Amino acid sequence: MSTIVKLPPQEGATLPRRSYLNDGYGLKSWLLTGDHKRIAILYLISITFFFFIGGAMAGLIRLELLTPQPDLVASDTYNKLFTMHGVIMIFLFLVPSVPAVIGNFVIPIMLGAKDLAFPKVNLLSWYLYVAGGIFTLSAMVLGGVDTGWTFTTPLSTHYLNTHVITAALGIFVAGFSSIFTGLNFIVTIHRMRAPGMTWFRLPLFVWSNYAASILMVLGTPVLAIAIVLVALERTIGIGVFDPARGGDPLLFQHLFWFYSHPAVYIMILPGMGVISEVISTFSRKRVFGYTAVAFSSVAIAVFGFFVWAHHMFIMGVSNYSALVFSLLTMLVAVPSAIKIFNWTATLYKGSITFETPMLYAFGFIGLFTIGGLTGVFLGSLGMDIHLTETYFIVAHFHFVMVGGMLMAYLAGVHFWWPKMTGRMYPESLSKLAAVVTFIGFNLTFFPQFVLGYLGMPRRYHAYPPEFQVLNVLSTAGATVLGVGYLLPMIYMTWSLKYGAIAGNNPWQATGLEWQTQSPPITSNFVETPIMDHEAYDYDWLANKTTHEVTTVG
Amino acid sequence: MSHISPVIWQFLEKWLTTFAIFPPQASAIAPYTDALYFFLILITLAGGVIVTLLVVGFSILYRKDKNPVATQIEGSTLLEATWTIIPLALFMVCFVWGALLYFRIYNPPTNAMNIYVVGKQWMWKVEHPGGQHEINALHVPIGKPVQLTMISQDVFHSFSIPAFRVKREVIPGRYSTVWFEATKVGTYHLFCTQYCGTSHSAMIGDIVVMTQADYKAWLATSVSGASLAQNGERLFASLSCNACHSGDAAARGPNLANLYGSRIQLANGSLTTADDAFLRESILNPSMHAVAGYAPIMPTYQGQISEEGLIGVVEYIKNLNSNYRVQQTLNTTELAPTQQTGVEPGATSGTRSGTAAPSVPGMVK
Ligand code: HEC
Ligand SMILES: [Cu+2]
Ligand SMILES: [Cu+2]
Repeated sequence: MSTIVKLPPQEGATLPRRSYLNDGYGLKSWLLTGDHKRIAILYLISITFFFFIGGAMAGLIRLELLTPQPDLVASDTYNKLFTMHGVIMIFLFLVPSVPAVIGNFVIPIMLGAKDLAFPKVNLLSWYLYVAGGIFTLSAMVLGGVDTGWTFTTPLSTHYLNTHVITAALGIFVAGFSSIFTGLNFIVTIHRMRAPGMTWFRLPLFVWSNYAASILMVLGTPVLAIAIVLVALERTIGIGVFDPARGGDPLLFQHLFWFYSHPAVYIMILPGMGVISEVISTFSRKRVFGYTAVAFSSVAIAVFGFFVWAHHMFIMGVSNYSALVFSLLTMLVAVPSAIKIFNWTATLYKGSITFETPMLYAFGFIGLFTIGGLTGVFLGSLGMDIHLTETYFIVAHFHFVMVGGMLMAYLAGVHFWWPKMTGRMYPESLSKLAAVVTFIGFNLTFFPQFVLGYLGMPRRYHAYPPEFQVLNVLSTAGATVLGVGYLLPMIYMTWSLKYGAIAGNNPWQATGLEWQTQSPPITSNFVETPIMDHEAYDYDWLANKTTHEVTTVG
Repeated sequence: MSHISPVIWQFLEKWLTTFAIFPPQASAIAPYTDALYFFLILITLAGGVIVTLLVVGFSILYRKDKNPVATQIEGSTLLEATWTIIPLALFMVCFVWGALLYFRIYNPPTNAMNIYVVGKQWMWKVEHPGGQHEINALHVPIGKPVQLTMISQDVFHSFSIPAFRVKREVIPGRYSTVWFEATKVGTYHLFCTQYCGTSHSAMIGDIVVMTQADYKAWLATSVSGASLAQNGERLFASLSCNACHSGDAAARGPNLANLYGSRIQLANGSLTTADDAFLRESILNPSMHAVAGYAPIMPTYQGQISEEGLIGVVEYIKNLNSNYRVQQTLNTTELAPTQQTGVEPGATSGTRSGTAAPSVPGMVK
């Protein structure tokens, strides 16, 4: 099978003499850096760390669910496990994953800028993230929290004596990290584009991160407020949520979901951006309907703010608001459908190759389609009554978040790995990992749809025996999935030393980040680039290459 | 398979033949829910198959070996409009269908029989109007609409009967309702589906659907003590509600007979219907629901009466259609309370040593 990969002749090839990686040595040069690329690497290391902690918890959960009886751990421990799994995976992995690692690294380069608008704030974001992570870990080490990642009141405020405040503080602090990242991106995208880089020449990755940044900046403060209220209610009993003091127990749900629904778009939009880049590059084509894809990101961001009460259909919201929120939920599904079809159409008459990022992107398209369409089940009012709070929900959001977002993240990490490190990862092993992940994923989460329709509630430590077969399948799948995630961890590390030298543009991609050396120098470009063509202009790239060859030769 | 030990083989066989993939269809609503479910599955399959076919098809047709040079295409407004409008139209069908089903599931018929449910960490307490109590079980007759009026004593819970395809959040401090009509005799799962703390997964029970005759027999054999309304009447007297709500023209509080279901003009100008939630609120937060034309003198009973007690009083007021007995009770000055079910001494639930108490604990004078 032919490939697009074009590497420099390997004998004699070396990494560039000067790059952001060797511009200063020692821990201090990393911990005090203002370079967006180094900060991205710091994020990469820290979120990988948290991913494996969260993953280990998922492993224990699945192990417990192998049998109907509660036998592996005590109920309280089980509750702590799924709480920590949720908190870590959402706030410390998914939310920062694509924006803070990949976005941080490539957005300024894609724009033709030297750095983000506020490099020091960027570093501060990382420290806030780490502080949030430390609070969360200490909550875990000191004895755990068992509120569930949703912190439902009055359970979290009056009925649990675990480390709720510590964990809440962790989320609060990490929230500011994402607010600052969002702000930084917005300002950078507005103010720091290279000459000629108009809005409609921006790579779609930038558009989708822009949309996600708006959500981060507007949504996260509401989460912060909700969390502060929980803490105050818990410590001094202000009574906003407590019905016995005239508070409204549903208010917390409104506040929490006002952030946490948009949060799913904070998580998925940047991933969609990755998919646009990857699909275009490996089919050698401009993304079909560029403007539609760009605006659908914005539409998702806007509609995303007005659907939160679809998490509360069975909680006694009024009939009319249920109708409105259901309708809006259906509308927000449309831009996602548009994207799926546009990506598919991009393949039409392309010249397609199947490198690892492309395999992950195909995985994304398939799994996200199912994840998105099962969201329509849940947006459909009467259907939601039976499905909500069951494993159907668990399966749905894992299809979107793990099948969709995590696949996109891995696609992105593989895609930009040569740019970040200057070296290629081993291609056949990584293809194997992509396939293993896909199979493991389906085996893990597909049975959960069936369990959900059977009525198996989520967050159940024990379950009726007739649900066991499906649970065993799911656990088996999780094992395969675990292997699928460990593989990249291993061969990526290996490639740091032994990977082939990648050269500037191994994928023959059009983005500005591929026109500079890999790994880039600290200021990204030797001279500020001038953007004189559309995004994804493969003819421009071909011209440029022949031109280079003639001048050099 | 000869080398597999027969014990393991039997185990495997049992395991693989008893596992479930589709829940029993045991309520009048279940077929409607399942119909929508299959329609949604169909859409998902169609979407999944179309996308897969396109991706796989294009990957084969336009792989680099076959198509070394890509043809650049800008986009196509017509195509994009097509794949905006078709999904939109399908989603709208799902929306309308889902909304119709929602109203069917959540709007009870007027002739539904009412049963009360109190959720608490980690059990379900069921109170039948006839005074039958159940814990983690609910007996219902077949072919009769049943409405549950539910409340939580502590955190959020959720009352879910998968075989009936119904579920409703059980909220602290607020009644919520759900109804169903069972169609198949049998025992079904009852789950708490809202995470509620340590033993959330043990907050389960059995829904027992019986023929109408069996149900009558069950009701008759399961009576324990007074009916809910009788219990409520007793509380009504011992909490001195009757002192103000005697139904006299000169009484300080409004007449409560035939109040249930009527429209009430509140002091703040708004109109409301006297439903279960209103009755409960009037007792706990009278000042927030003051009725027009009366001085707001009614004391609050917050913390003096348990949820079960409230249910009794509410049930009593619902069924009150004459004040004859209220006045009778007032005249026979001393009514010795024989049973104190539902009255909780203050906020702490402590021991209930009613023997030495001079008056009913928690009684307001
Ligand atoms: C001190 C006199 C007094 C006592 C004792 C009293 N109430 Fe009331 N109640 C009132 C008054 C006055 C109103 C109308 C103003 C208001 O709603 O606050 C009222 C209103 C109500 C209403 C709303 C009636 C309507 O027409 O909408 C209900 C129900 C009610 N009371 C039930 C009770 C119950 C049950 C008790 C005993 C647990 C009780 N009351 C004890 C004076 C009293
Ligand atoms: Cu949502
Ligand atoms: Cu529960």
